Amino acid sequence: MRRFALIAVPYAWLLALFLVPFLIVFKISLSDTAIAIPPYTPTLDISGGWAAIKGFLSELDFENFVWLTEDDLYWKAYLSSVRIALISTILTLLVGYPIAYAMARAAPEWRPTLLMLVILPFWTSFLIRVYAWMGILSNEGLLNAFLLWTGLISEPLTILNTNAAVYIGIVYTYLPFMILPIYSALEKMDDSLLEAAEDLGCSRMEAFWLVTIPLSKQGIIAGCFLVFIPVVGEFVIPSLLGGSGTLMIGKVLFEEFFNNRDWPVASAVAVILLLILIIPIILFQRNEQKAREAEG
Amino acid sequence: MAEPVFAPWADPNEKPLIQFKGVTKRFGDFVAIDNLTQDIFAQEFFALLGPSGCGKTTMMRMLAGFETPTEGQILIAGQDMAGVPPNKRAVNMMFQSYALFPHLSVAENIAFGLKREGMPKGNIDDRVKEMLRLTRLERFAQRKPHQISGGQRQRVALARSLAKAPKLLLLDEPLGALDAKLRQQTQFELMDIQEKTGTTFVIVTHDQEEAMTVASRVAVMDEGRIMQVATPAEIYEQPNSVYVADFIGDVNIIEGTATPEGKGYDVAWAEGQRPFHAETDKSFSKDQRCFLAMRPEKVAISTDEPEARNRVQGKIIDIAYLGNLSTYHVELPGGTMMKAQTANTRRLSRRALTWEDQVWLSWTDTAAVMLEG
Ligand SMILES: Nc1ncnc2c1ncn2[C@@H]1O[C@H](COP(=O)(O)OP(=O)(O)OP(=O)(O)O)[C@@H](O)[C@H]1O
Ligand SMILES: [Mg+2]
Repeated sequence: MRRFALIAVPYAWLLALFLVPFLIVFKISLSDTAIAIPPYTPTLDISGGWAAIKGFLSELDFENFVWLTEDDLYWKAYLSSVRIALISTILTLLVGYPIAYAMARAAPEWRPTLLMLVILPFWTSFLIRVYAWMGILSNEGLLNAFLLWTGLISEPLTILNTNAAVYIGIVYTYLPFMILPIYSALEKMDDSLLEAAEDLGCSRMEAFWLVTIPLSKQGIIAGCFLVFIPVVGEFVIPSLLGGSGTLMIGKVLFEEFFNNRDWPVASAVAVILLLILIIPIILFQRNEQKAREAEG
Repeated sequence: MAEPVFAPWADPNEKPLIQFKGVTKRFGDFVAIDNLTQDIFAQEFFALLGPSGCGKTTMMRMLAGFETPTEGQILIAGQDMAGVPPNKRAVNMMFQSYALFPHLSVAENIAFGLKREGMPKGNIDDRVKEMLRLTRLERFAQRKPHQISGGQRQRVALARSLAKAPKLLLLDEPLGALDAKLRQQTQFELMDIQEKTGTTFVIVTHDQEEAMTVASRVAVMDEGRIMQVATPAEIYEQPNSVYVADFIGDVNIIEGTATPEGKGYDVAWAEGQRPFHAETDKSFSKDQRCFLAMRPEKVAISTDEPEARNRVQGKIIDIAYLGNLSTYHVELPGGTMMKAQTANTRRLSRRALTWEDQVWLSWTDTAAVMLEG
């Protein structure tokens, strides 16, 4: 009984906050758009009894999904989202790993402070931070002003409203999600392993590749998924920092929803996005499982 | 035909493999190694003994290159090791904490050093197999370190350090986690390897019997200093201090004052008791405070008064039965306790001595070692 209760809690959570909303979205994606409140049809009226439910079900169809395959905007947006997410995950890894490494090597009394500094940005609103980047990256922004002042450039660089700005924004925003799991893997590592590697003939560099990297592998994988998965559906960063050329599925979804008020198509986009993300989410879970087993 | 005795330390022409020259190691204010000067020769099996925290591991780590001496010099094969990184030293170390790579299997752990050497794959496989057989780990070759027992892990660590067949092998408590039988077998394997390959071993152990069995010389350490270096027999029979006598094996220490007499001294140890006599080469002034160190097995126990010059009567307080041996704890007049050990050549029921019995203890003039303290 207690066992059951323990398992029931997370499942109830999952049911209430994930499965039910998903089913609602899925239902809307099978509906047709209408000028009404809510802006789709049919709506279910249970008071009508069995006949009403049957009638309701007969009006649902997969039209919107067919539509997604017909307009190439959508699959291009999906593809471009995945590409941007991949590139920014790699960039975040390249920036995050050295930071996590330095933190794990720092004197133990410094580590809590450094950890604090990594988490600190979360204390201010995400939107404000992205707006701050607009201020930094714009043509008259801090970065250009600084570069002009140093004389490195004579004309302001156009960074804002390009993909570069999107990458900068993503790397900045998601860096903690990369650093924390890698740091936690590196911090657990026993220094005597590096000594053993050197003792057996490795240079410092070889010991890093043969011992440090493999031992932080689980952290690297976890960090990459923690960045990749949300970035695929990212909306705020591409719409504020990106330009008209930045095509991401989050933006398409938003426009479908609020500009076109086409809830059924927006829902279909969301359902497909979820299906795309399910693969990396499952892989992520597998990795976590493996990490736990290895520790066990 | 007598085999030549292996004693390079006695030969002034012999060049030592390892030289500690006035080495001091400090961690902050703490002195871990205190002005240590010591030679270790090629093909020695050099055992470090000493209480926890006396600096054994620190000495090893300086040899392997993980710590640099604060003062002094370490030479290996005549070459100053200052600034030579661990991977450039022909030294392998077995870590006290094992330091096995958790992401690699047992076999891969053992192969790690061989791969770095660039040994051909076939040779690596053969060598790994040999090491697995030697340490009786064949069945666990594909397991990860967290899937084997503590003793098995220790054997993997040993196999990994042996695999490269280095000129100098540092073993930090290599056999501590093994059961008595396996430990003995492994000791003999190590001695065998040593004989076949001529590798020089420096080994840390908490097990005196182990040190006695395997070592060519034993160094007894205390608080960063080496108190005595000698062959196992010398250390046991002729300790140079009460500390060493007390540290190695079981011993009776009796304090007294010396008076020259014959080839040695009479030692007065208690009011109104006949003094004990001990022969020695050392010289003591009259009435100098001194100590007698006597191994329990050199003290005979009997119910009748013996002939020996050194004899004393006492009462059995306790008997420790150790299987092959029994140790009698005997209270002497004045409350001094003394241990006497006899071999149990007869069955238990037939032995005459028991608790509260009045007995005589006796020993020869050469049984006790006279020490200054
Ligand atoms: N990195 C370090 N920083 C400060 N003190 C240290 C350091 N390494 C060792 N010590 C100290 O130096 C002394 C000797 O340590 P060492 O590890 O050599 O002892 P040991 O003889 O190997 O003991 P054990 O038998 O318990 O392994 C200890 O008191 C220890 O606390
Ligand atoms: Mg130690």
